[in-house]
Amino acid sequence: MIRLARAIPGVAVGEIVRVLADDPAAANDIPAWCRMKGQEFVAADGQAFDVRRLS
Amino acid sequence: MDYTGDPAGAPAYLDAATAAPPHPVTREALLAALADGWADPSRLYAAGRRGQQLHEAATAVVAEILGVRADEVSFQPSGTAAAQAAVLGGLRGRERVGRVLVHSAIEHSAVLHAARTAEAVEVGVDRLGRLDLDAWATAVRAGGVALAGLISASHEVGTVQPVAAAAELCAEAGVPLFVDAAQTVGRAPVPPGWSLLSASAHKWGGPAGVGVLVVRKGVRWLSPYPQDDLYRPRHPGALSLPAVVAAAASLRAVTAEARSEAVRLSALVDRIRERVAATVPDVEIVGDPVERLPHLVTFSCLYVDGEALLHALDRHGFAVSSGSSCTSSTLRPSHVLEAMGVLSHGNVRVSLHRDTTEADVERFLTVLPGVVAAIRKEAGI
Repeated sequence: MIRLARAIPGVAVGEIVRVLADDPAAANDIPAWCRMKGQEFVAADGQAFDVRRLS
Repeated sequence: MDYTGDPAGAPAYLDAATAAPPHPVTREALLAALADGWADPSRLYAAGRRGQQLHEAATAVVAEILGVRADEVSFQPSGTAAAQAAVLGGLRGRERVGRVLVHSAIEHSAVLHAARTAEAVEVGVDRLGRLDLDAWATAVRAGGVALAGLISASHEVGTVQPVAAAAELCAEAGVPLFVDAAQTVGRAPVPPGWSLLSASAHKWGGPAGVGVLVVRKGVRWLSPYPQDDLYRPRHPGALSLPAVVAAAASLRAVTAEARSEAVRLSALVDRIRERVAATVPDVEIVGDPVERLPHLVTFSCLYVDGEALLHALDRHGFAVSSGSSCTSSTLRPSHVLEAMGVLSHGNVRVSLHRDTTEADVERFLTVLPGVVAAIRKEAGI
């Protein structure tokens, strides 16, 4: 989550960051992070989670 | 792990939803009954008859407060045992109808464990933790439903559930409803319409080790345990009569104070909800802000480890609990927070009780922002 927060400012608005996480809470907490921070949760595939920067 | 840090203020126990500190009446009644009511109530000599008398009086008090008949009430070894006896016995009583148990996604783990013995159908909740009544209606109307289970109010986030509406839907479908009322009994009235109910004395300020199970007349319940009377719940093994007497006496005491305490604690919870949101960055206050228990508030902090937060607050003299995965025995995030789709890490549940003062809450609100900031700083945020 901390790495995601650090990675997002490093990509352009509209680009996607892929998070690889084996934490059992990730599937719940990454979408929650997106909602709290105004970013878009795109999709999850196993332990990979795609987040699009919106702002 | 032992911490010897200076708590910098009087310790404040803020985990009443796990176990409320015993009400003064609990102690008095327990000591009196230890002297007077230790004999087995089923025996026919004078000491046994005295025990029987105390048992009947305690049952009558609980029945009156819950608005049920005395012969519908039994005492159980714990709230967990009562909830599981309700679920297992309720399912067994309606085996001929089917094996399906409909339950909300936010039931206590005691109920979820019992649900694994049946064909469980889970009904979701919204972001605030409130039952999806449309999905509930569909689920209870389906064939083969033996029993439905709904918690009266979430023990993790405080959101009060639409028990009366859910009960009506169950009644229309001819399905008995079990309500786990552990967080409600002693604090607020339980809405009507249910068939089975469980409660737990240490949640209202009674002693630990006393659960209450109510099975209404006309509800088919079959004991899941080997015992003489298969059709009526009874305490498995010897009853701790002094604890039962203390449970009933304290329930009467807390019920008498419930309305004024609810007003006082609810205002303190509002203060926590507002101030935490204003003073801690990147925090999510979870649960319904209005339709909630009077004494409980939960929030989650981004970029904070729940266990680290718990220990740091403990060092400052605050006892709170957490639904974050690192603090649970299963290493899974709380199923309640997951069902709501709210942040599960950095989670703290604060639950107040009659000994909680405004000063306790103020000190907590003063200390918390610095504690969260320190953990984030350590993590490099």
